[in-house]
Amino acid sequence: MRLVVRAAEITRADRLIDITRAHVDSCLYHGEATLDFVDRLVEGGATVTVPTSLNVGAVDLLHPELNRGDRRTRERGRLLMDRYRALGARPTYTCAPYQLPDARPAFGEQVAWGESNAIAFCNSVLGARTNRYGDFLDVAAAITGRVPDAGLHRDEARRATLVLRLADDVPAALRESDAIFGPLGIALGRRAGSAVAVIDGLPPGQPEDRLKALGAAAASSGAVAMFHVVGSTPEAPSLDAALGGRPPAAVEHVTLAALRDARDALGGGGEGPLGAVSLGTPHASLDELERYAAMLGGRRVHAECEVLVSTGRDVLAEAERRGVAARLRASGVELLVDTCSYLVPILANTDRPVMTDSAKWAWYAPANIGARVVYGTTAECIRSAVAGRVRRDPDLWGGV
Amino acid sequence: MPSPTALVLAEPLSLWGGLDPATGVIVEPRHPQHGAVVTGRVLVMPSTRGSSSSASVLAEAVRAGTAPAAIVLGEPDLILAIGAEVAAELYGVRVPVVVLAPADRDRLRDGDPVDLRALEGATARATAPSPCP
Repeated sequence: MRLVVRAAEITRADRLIDITRAHVDSCLYHGEATLDFVDRLVEGGATVTVPTSLNVGAVDLLHPELNRGDRRTRERGRLLMDRYRALGARPTYTCAPYQLPDARPAFGEQVAWGESNAIAFCNSVLGARTNRYGDFLDVAAAITGRVPDAGLHRDEARRATLVLRLADDVPAALRESDAIFGPLGIALGRRAGSAVAVIDGLPPGQPEDRLKALGAAAASSGAVAMFHVVGSTPEAPSLDAALGGRPPAAVEHVTLAALRDARDALGGGGEGPLGAVSLGTPHASLDELERYAAMLGGRRVHAECEVLVSTGRDVLAEAERRGVAARLRASGVELLVDTCSYLVPILANTDRPVMTDSAKWAWYAPANIGARVVYGTTAECIRSAVAGRVRRDPDLWGGV
Repeated sequence: MPSPTALVLAEPLSLWGGLDPATGVIVEPRHPQHGAVVTGRVLVMPSTRGSSSSASVLAEAVRAGTAPAAIVLGEPDLILAIGAEVAAELYGVRVPVVVLAPADRDRLRDGDPVDLRALEGATARATAPSPCP
């Protein structure tokens, strides 16, 4: 409770409010401090008082053969995941709890979610309400069932103050393609920081998986906890609605050059053989698993290219039931759950470049696992996985 | 005991994925201060970015003895503040996380000694006292 009250002091909240659910990120091992903290909670007999999902941990508990790295870290990581389960949290072990029907909050629901991409998705795509809760505070909220009535829990903070408009030189074909979402997210994070921005100029009705990619990128390059996309996110049926009927503090244009720079910052080029392809950061949805299988069309990936897809165990279970998991495995794809391939050593070989369609993976992997990254669309990644070397779509960016 | 010196960051830093708590080194490849050591310095930055797990990394850095002496931000950051709070609770070491107005923050030059008590005084003036018991 002291942590929740301290959070109230910091956020200048007048009162605490109840939450209906929590998503806890504290179960990923970052060193002994993470265990010291949960041990204190367990010793005190704490349990969660609201339905609580858990974020990824340090190990795939269902497929032990996939985990690499030193044994002690894996053991401590596993212990931490178990400790959080002992508090009564659901062992979902995914960064995409919004994919789970009984963990996904409804519009307007007050929740306490941790994990930067989940926070951005929760606020922006679902219209539920959370602040940017970090480790320790997420579980404190899950135990007390309370959070400060501040920030994005309240209407006024949810309005956009910054307009990011796609410049005229961004071609229509790019706006309609998967390719724009990662770089646009990187640009959004850099420009907005922690401010709430509204993106104007994308075709309406964008699917969740694209918005997921956008938010994950923005939450990595910046501190974005909420964004609007006119015509696609629930609090932005119009630009005016996203702004709350008020003029913005600033209007900025995102040019083709800025998007290309963001794309290049993630990992351009890439000649020669690939060591691996990594998909599913944040965790792949069932739709995305179906897409990968459809794109592969029964072909096998190249024998020397390790193709890894990270997803949640509940999504995998559904994918098994539908046969799509089997199809992916038959193509030589490895399916990883409970963790993610840029967090901990999973990939066998990081000497050769790794290609990914995830801006978040591209952002963090070089420091985390020492990988050299090539960034492309999902279709480019699948084509490259089959070829064993980078295969790009030359028309995507109009030759730039 | 000499005053800690300021380490001024040109860009926000995500401690998770950006700081190695085993060594205190800034490891984020894109960061302008990549390679700098934060241990015992007063880390000055406009804000954080990235991961909500920066709280754990700060606590782990405190446990490992590699943490900065203080962190100075341009806006309040719940993630770092709570990380510091937990570290103080678990290990008895308090890393002040303070917010300074831009004018005051700009006066902190890289390498300058910083008076921590004056720093905390400035932030106490800038933030209202809490009504909570």
